[in-house]
Amino acid sequence: MDTTRTTRAHRITRTATAVVGALGVLTLSACGAADTGKSQNAGAQGKTVKLTVPSWVGAQANTAVAAHILEKELGYTVKSQQMGEVLAWDALSKGDIDAIMEDWGHPKEEKQYVETKKTVVKGGDLGVTGHIGWYVPKYFADAHPDVTDWKNLNKYAKDFRTAESGDKGELLEGSPDYVTNDDAIIKNLKLDLKTNYAGSEAAQITAIQKYAKEKKPFLTYWWTPQWLNAQVEMVEVKLPEYKEGCDAEPAKVACAYPHTPLQKFLNADFAKNGGEAAEFLKNFRWTTEQQNEVAQMIAGDKMSPEAAAKKWVDANESTWKAWLPK
Amino acid sequence: MTAAVTTPVQKAADAAPVHPERRLLQHRVGRRLLPLAAAAVVLVPLGLLLAGTGGWPAALTVDVSAPLDDANQWVIDNRDTHPLFLYFLLHLSNTATDAVDAVFRLLSGMGWLGVLAAVGVLGSRAAGLGRRGLKIAATALAAFGVCGLLGMWDATLLTLALMIVSVTCAALLGVLIGLAAGLSDRVDRALRPVLDTMQVLPAFAYLLPFVLIFGTGTPAALFCTVIYAAPPMARLTALGLRGADPAVLEASTSLGANAGQRLLTARLPLARKQMLLGLNQTIMMALSMVVIAALVGAGGLGEEVYSALSTVDVGKALAAGIPIVLLAVWLDRTTAAVGDRIGRSATGGGPLHGRVGWAVALGAVGAVVLAGTALGRSWPADWTVDFSTPVNQAQDWVTTHLTSGVPVLGGTDVWSENFTLWILNPLRDGLLWLPWWSLLLVVALLARLVGGWITALTATAAMAAIGVLGVWEKSLDTLSQVIAALVLTLFAGVLAGVLCGRAGRLERLLRPVLDAMQTMPQFVYLIPVVALFGVTRASAIIAAVVYALPAVVRITTQGMREVEPAAMEAARSLGASTRQQILQVQLPLARPALQLAVNQGVVLVLAVVVVGGLVGGGALGYDVVKGLSRGEMGLGMTAGVAIVCLGLVLDRITQPARRKPTP
Repeated sequence: MDTTRTTRAHRITRTATAVVGALGVLTLSACGAADTGKSQNAGAQGKTVKLTVPSWVGAQANTAVAAHILEKELGYTVKSQQMGEVLAWDALSKGDIDAIMEDWGHPKEEKQYVETKKTVVKGGDLGVTGHIGWYVPKYFADAHPDVTDWKNLNKYAKDFRTAESGDKGELLEGSPDYVTNDDAIIKNLKLDLKTNYAGSEAAQITAIQKYAKEKKPFLTYWWTPQWLNAQVEMVEVKLPEYKEGCDAEPAKVACAYPHTPLQKFLNADFAKNGGEAAEFLKNFRWTTEQQNEVAQMIAGDKMSPEAAAKKWVDANESTWKAWLPK
Repeated sequence: MTAAVTTPVQKAADAAPVHPERRLLQHRVGRRLLPLAAAAVVLVPLGLLLAGTGGWPAALTVDVSAPLDDANQWVIDNRDTHPLFLYFLLHLSNTATDAVDAVFRLLSGMGWLGVLAAVGVLGSRAAGLGRRGLKIAATALAAFGVCGLLGMWDATLLTLALMIVSVTCAALLGVLIGLAAGLSDRVDRALRPVLDTMQVLPAFAYLLPFVLIFGTGTPAALFCTVIYAAPPMARLTALGLRGADPAVLEASTSLGANAGQRLLTARLPLARKQMLLGLNQTIMMALSMVVIAALVGAGGLGEEVYSALSTVDVGKALAAGIPIVLLAVWLDRTTAAVGDRIGRSATGGGPLHGRVGWAVALGAVGAVVLAGTALGRSWPADWTVDFSTPVNQAQDWVTTHLTSGVPVLGGTDVWSENFTLWILNPLRDGLLWLPWWSLLLVVALLARLVGGWITALTATAAMAAIGVLGVWEKSLDTLSQVIAALVLTLFAGVLAGVLCGRAGRLERLLRPVLDAMQTMPQFVYLIPVVALFGVTRASAIIAAVVYALPAVVRITTQGMREVEPAAMEAARSLGASTRQQILQVQLPLARPALQLAVNQGVVLVLAVVVVGGLVGGGALGYDVVKGLSRGEMGLGMTAGVAIVCLGLVLDRITQPARRKPTP
C-alpha cells in the first residue's frame, strides 16, 4: 500500500513537472509578437477562401453556389463559417473571413470599417433586391381586401389578437438580427398593435407555418426574397411610402422600409491580393429568381446546400461562366 | 401578485427548522421579522411620499451600457496594434486554435476505423478487463458508429477535438481554483460568488467581448466553454480536499510529511473520487456549450444543429443533436467506470495490466490505424442513414394532432393560451403593479425569514441592482416566467422523483430519457415547442422545464433512496400507509436533497432564459441574444448581469440552511 502511494506521488510530481514545463514553453513562445488574423477555425490552409454562412437560406444559396464554383472551377478550398451578421463584419475586418456575399445594410459597420478603418471594401451589388415589410396571408387578404392598407389595420386588430398581445393585435417579429422600426411605426401611426418578438427566424417561420396550416389570420414582419414565400403566400400591407431619410431618426419613423439592393463586401487585403477568387466574387451577380430557385431546393426540398448548388451550377452554365475571371 | 408572494412564503415557512409547537415557530418568525416590520412602518410612507408607486424611478438608474460600448469600441480600434493583444491575448487565441487544430488533425488522421479502435480500447482500459470493460467498449463503439451512420462523422470529430482541449483546460483551471478553495476558508468564501456567476451569467452575454478580443471561431468558443465548465471541477476538488479523513492526515504528519507532501500524498489522492465526479460534470457542462460555440463559428455538431434551424428542419437538427447526447453518454459511462475502479486497489494484475496493458492497447490501435488507411480515412459515404424525412413527418403528425381539437383536453394551443392568460399575465402584471420599494421589502422579508441579515441584505441589494441597471420591467417579466417555470419544474420533478424513488424499474426506464433531456441541445426542440405552443412565453417556459426537470428528478430520487432504512422500517411496523410513509417520513427526511433540488431548479431554469428569448420569451433573454447578434455589448451584458441578480435573489430566498457546495 505504501509503495503504491509513493509511486503515485512520484507520478503526480512528474505530471506536475511536465505541466509546468509545457506552460514554460508557452510563456517563452509568448515573447514575440503574435501573428494577427490567425485565429480562424481549425482546418484551414493553402489556397483557401473563407466565407461566412449567414443564418438565412437565401444567403446560404449565394455562398453555396460561390463555394461550388470556387472549388470546382478555380481550384480553391472554401472554408465556411457560420456566425451572426455583426460578428461576421468584425471577422471580415480582421481577415478571419474574406467575403460577405449578402448584406442587407449595416450603416454603422460600413462607416466604421469601410470608411474609417478601410479594412473592408465594397464588392458590388449582388443583383438581388431585398425588401422588408408587413405581411398578411393571402387567404386573409382575399377575404378582406382592404387590410392591405395600413389605415385599415386598426379595424382588423382584433383578428390579430393573441394571448401575448392582450387586447391589441399582434405584429409578429423575427430574430434580433433584423433591422426593425416597427415599435416606432406602430406608435407614430397610432396603430392598435403590439410587437411580439419571436427571437429567432426558425421560431418565426414555424409560427407562420402553424398559422397558415390552421388558416388563421396573422400580421408579420417579413421580407423578400425568402424561400417560405413559395410555400405560404403572403401579401404586403402598404405603409406610408418610403422617402429618402424618413427612417433617419429611429424614434420618429412612420414610413415603409426601402427596397435594398443587397451588397457584397470583401476584406481589403483579400480584394487586393485574393487573385482569381477575389475577382470572381466581385463578378458574382444573379437575380432574385435564381437565388430563390437554389433557396427553395435547400429549404423546401431539404437538399444540402452543396447538392443544391451543384444542381443549379450544372443547369445554368451560361450564367456563371460570365463571373469567371477573364 | 398573490401567487407570486404566497408560494415562496409557504416554501420558506416549510423550510424553516421544524418545531413541534407551531407557536414557537410563529414566535421565532415574528421575532425575526419585527425589525423589518418596524423599518417598513417608516419606509413605506416615506417611499409613497418620495417615489410614489409603480416601476423603478428613472432617477435611480445608472447607464452602464455607454461605458461598455466604449470599451467594445476600444478593443476594435486597438486589437491589431496594442501590445496587450500582440504579446499576450493573441498568443492565447493562436495557441487555442493550434491546439484544437492539432487534435482534430490527429483524430481525422487516424481514420474512422482507428478512432473506433481507440475509443473501444480506451473504454475497456477505463473499466478494466472483463464484462464491464466489454460493455463500456461496446457503448463507445455503438455511440461513434451511430454518429457515423447519421452522417455526422466529421462534425463529431471536430466537436470532440474542441471538447478534449476545452475540458483539459477547464479541468486544470478547476483543479487550481479548487486547490486554493480547498486549502483556505477565506479563499473559498471569496470564490463562491465568482463560481456562481461563472455558471449563471449566460454565455451569450460574454460571448461578444470574447469574440472581439480573441477572434471568431475556436478561441472565443473555447474560452467561453472553459469559463462555464470549470466551476464543478473547482467545487468538487475543494469539497474532496475538505473531506479528507483527518486520521489519515494526522498519520501522514506524524510520519514527518510537510504540507506539500501531505497534499500530494494524502489529500489529493483521497479526493480523487470527488475530482473525478467534478471532471464528469465538467465534461457535461462543456458539451452543453457546443451549440452556443457554433454561434461564433466554432463549427462541429453545433453548426449542424444551428444551420438546420434556418431551414426549420427538425430531423436534421435531431441528427446533429443525437451525437451530442451519445458523446455525453459515452463520456459519462467511461468516467463513471474509472470512478468505480478508484479505491478498489489494483487487482493482482495479470499480463494485461499497467504499462504493459497500455502498450498493448496503443499497439492495437496503431495496427488498426495502419490497416484502416487502406479503407479510407473518412466515414464511408454510403454508410449513412437519412432519417430527417421520417422525423419531420412524425413531427408534423404530432403537431397537427395535438395543437387543437383533442377531445376533453383541448390541445396544446388551448393550454398555452390559458396558461398565458390566467397564470403568466396576472403574475407579470402583479409584479409590475407592485411599487418598486414594496418589492424590495418583500424580497428582504422573505430572505430574512429564510436566512440571516446578510442573506436579506444580499438579496435586497441584488434586487436593487436590477433597478439601478435600468432593466426593472424586463427583469420582472423574466422573473414571472422563471417563477412559473420553477413551480412547474418542482411540482413535476418532485412527483416523478418520489415515484422513481419508490419504483426502481421506473427509474431505469426513465434514465435514458433524462439523459437525453439534459444533454440534447435546447435548439433541437425549439421548433417542435414553437409548433405546439406558438411564439409565446409558454414556449419559453416549456423549454426551461424540459431542461431543468431531470436534475430535480434525479436529486429527489437520490434523496428518497437515502432515507435511513431504520426510519422506514419503523414507519412500516407502525402500520403507516404508503402515502403516510412518503409524506411523513421520506419527504421530511429528504429535506436536504429537496433543498438542493430547488437550488438546481433555480440555476437551470435561469440558464435557459436566454434560449427562451429565441422562442418568444422576450424580456432579458431576448436582450442578451440581441446584444450578441447586433454587437451591442452594453445591452447584452446588462441583461446578463440582471439574470445573475435574479439568480442571487431566488437562491437566497429559497435556500434556508448554509448551502452545501454543489456541482
